[in-house]
Amino acid sequence: MAQIKLDQLAHSYYPHPEKQQDYALKAMDYLWDDGRAYALLGPSGCGKTTLLNIISGLLKPSQGRILFDGEDMTMRTPEERNIAQVFQFPVIYDTMTVAQNLEFPLVNRGVDRAEINKRVTEMLETLELSSKANLRAQGLTADEKQKISLGRGLVRYDVNAILFDEPLTVIDPHMKWQLRTKLKELHQRFGHTMIYVTHDQTEALTFADKVVVMYEGQVVQIGTPEELFERPDHTFVGYFIGSPGMNILPCELRGYYAVVDGHPVVLGADYRQISGARTELGIRPEFVRFVGASEQGLPVTIDTVDDVGRHRIAKVRLGRYPLNVIVPEGQEIAATDHRVAFDSNKIGIYVNDHRLQPERFRKGAGAPA
Amino acid sequence: MTVKPVNQKAWLLVLPVLLIVALNAIIPLMTVVNYSLQDTFSPGVFFYEGTKWYQDVLSSPRFHGALGRQFLFTGIILLIEIPLGVAVALAMPRKGPWVSVCLVLMALPLLIPWNVVGAMWNIFALPDIGLLGYGLNWLGFDYNYTQQPFAAWFTVVLMDVWHWTSLVVLLAYAGLSSIPDAYYQAAKIDGASAFAVFRYIQLPKMKRVLIIALLLRFMDSFMIYTEPFVLTGGGPGNSTTFLSIDLVKAAIGEFNLGIAAAMSILYFLMTLLVCWVFYTAMMRGDES
Repeated sequence: MAQIKLDQLAHSYYPHPEKQQDYALKAMDYLWDDGRAYALLGPSGCGKTTLLNIISGLLKPSQGRILFDGEDMTMRTPEERNIAQVFQFPVIYDTMTVAQNLEFPLVNRGVDRAEINKRVTEMLETLELSSKANLRAQGLTADEKQKISLGRGLVRYDVNAILFDEPLTVIDPHMKWQLRTKLKELHQRFGHTMIYVTHDQTEALTFADKVVVMYEGQVVQIGTPEELFERPDHTFVGYFIGSPGMNILPCELRGYYAVVDGHPVVLGADYRQISGARTELGIRPEFVRFVGASEQGLPVTIDTVDDVGRHRIAKVRLGRYPLNVIVPEGQEIAATDHRVAFDSNKIGIYVNDHRLQPERFRKGAGAPA
Repeated sequence: MTVKPVNQKAWLLVLPVLLIVALNAIIPLMTVVNYSLQDTFSPGVFFYEGTKWYQDVLSSPRFHGALGRQFLFTGIILLIEIPLGVAVALAMPRKGPWVSVCLVLMALPLLIPWNVVGAMWNIFALPDIGLLGYGLNWLGFDYNYTQQPFAAWFTVVLMDVWHWTSLVVLLAYAGLSSIPDAYYQAAKIDGASAFAVFRYIQLPKMKRVLIIALLLRFMDSFMIYTEPFVLTGGGPGNSTTFLSIDLVKAAIGEFNLGIAAAMSILYFLMTLLVCWVFYTAMMRGDES
C-alpha cells in the first residue's frame, strides 16, 4: 500500500514530441492518497490507459517521475513496483486450474507452500470460487475469469496498488453490479490503493472515493462524485457526468446576471466582466424547471419530450440554444406558454471551458432590471 | 404434429459434390482396391485372389524395411522440425520492418518445387563439387551420400528440415501473433519467468496451430517421394527407400500391380489411422 505521486509526468508515443498535441498525456502533478479508491474517467483516447500503464510500469513515461511513498519508481519494472493489474479482457492461464491460477504469482515469488495454500484457500472463499478450485480455468464464464484475474492481484497481500483497466467491459450487465459490489467490499477489507479506469460514469461514481476526470491527455478535475455533479470545474466534466449532461449555453456576463441569446439569467453570485474570452453558462438539466403562469421565467420552445422511466427529459430551445430539462414524475407540462427557470445557486460560469470563481456570493435573487 | 414431406430435390444439390468426390477419390481408391484383390496377366483378364497380396505384403521383409525406415524418418524430422520451428518463431520479431523480411525468408523454401529441392541438394551435397559435401570433407569428415547410408540419411533429413521447418515456423508465428499483449503484461505483473511465459501462455495458445503443423508434417513426411527420389533414388542400396519409393518400384518398376495396390491400401489406412490417433489424443485435452 502506498501513496502515489506523479511529478511533472507526461508521455508521448512519438520519439520526439514537439507540439502539445503530440502528447498522449500532458504534464501533470498529482498526489494520490494511500488506501483510497480512485477512478480514472474519460472518453476513449483521453490518456487514461496510458496513465494507468505508466503507474503500473508497463510503460516508461517520456518525462517526469512517479513516486510510491516518496521512492522514485519511474524506471522500475512492474514486479519491482509490486502492483497488481486487472485488464479489460480476463487474463487466465488456460492450462491451469482455478487454484493454480491464483497461486501462480506467489509461486513465482517463492512464497512457501503452506502460506500459498492458506492464502489461495482464503482467496477462493472470498471470490466464491471454492467449488471450482480444481476445474480448468479455461471453461469458466467471463465474470469468473475476471474474478480470477482480480484474485491473482489480491493474493499478494502487500501490493502497493491494484490497477483496473476497464475490467467490466466484457461482463454481462447483471454480473457487473455484483462484481462492482465485490470490488468495493474487497477494497474496504484490504484497504489497497485502487485505481480504476473506465469510461462508464456509473461505474466510476459508484466505485470510487475520488473520480479523476480526464480529457485530451489532461486531468480536468479530481473530486468526489458529489463535487463532480454539483460543481464541475470544466465544461467537459459537466457534459460527461450526468445523464443527460450539463447544459452549456454561450452567454455574456453582466455582473450578477448573464445574457443568453438576449435573455437575462440571474446568477447566484457576482462575476467580474470578462472580455476577449469564450464565456458560457452551465446548468444541469436537474436544476432547470418549467414554471407556471404566475412565475417569471425564460421563454422556450419544446422540441421533444422523452420518457425515460423515472422522469421525462424535455429537449427545448432557449433562443438559438438547445437545452435539456428534467421533468419530475407527475409534473405536467403546460400546453402553451412554456417558460423555464434556472436554480441560480446551481449555475456555473465557464471561461474558455474552465469554471470561473465568482467575485462574491449573494443571498436571494431578484429579477434583473 | 404434421409430418413434413421429404423434399427429394435436395439430392440434386448434393450431386455435383458427389460427382467430384467420386471422380477424384472414390473411383481411384476403389480401382486400387480392385487391383489389390485380383491378379492379372493381360489387359482385361482378372482372377480373384482374396487377401493373398495383403498377406504377401505384410509378411515381406522388404515392406517391413521400408515401413521401418519410413517411421524412423518421420520420427526424426518431427522431433527436429516442431521444436526448431517453435524456437525460430519465438525468436522472430513481433513488430517492425523486420517482420516482413523474416516472413519472406521463411516462405522461400516452401515456394520451391519439390523436385528442384531434391536437385539442389543433390548438387549441394556432392562431395567433389557441392558446397556442403566439399565443405564437410574439407573439415575432415568422410562424407559421401552416394555411398554411405548414414551420410545419405543425414542429407535427406537435413534437406527436409531446410525445406519444411518454415511451415512450422509460419504456423507457430501465427499462433504467437494472436496472443493479446495483456497476457504478457499480466505475466510480467505476476512475476513470471520467460520459461513460465512460454509454458503457460505461449505454448497453450499455440497448441491448435501446432496440432495442425504436426498433422501436416506427419502426412507429408510419411508420403515423401520426390525429394529423396531425386536426391538419392532410394540408395545407397535400399537405405533411403521409403514407402512411396518402394511402392513406385513395385508398381512401375516391377509391374506387380496386386502387391503395389495392397501396399497402397495399407499405406493409406496407416496414414489415416496415425492422423486420427494424433488428432484425438491432442484434442482430448481440450474437452476436459
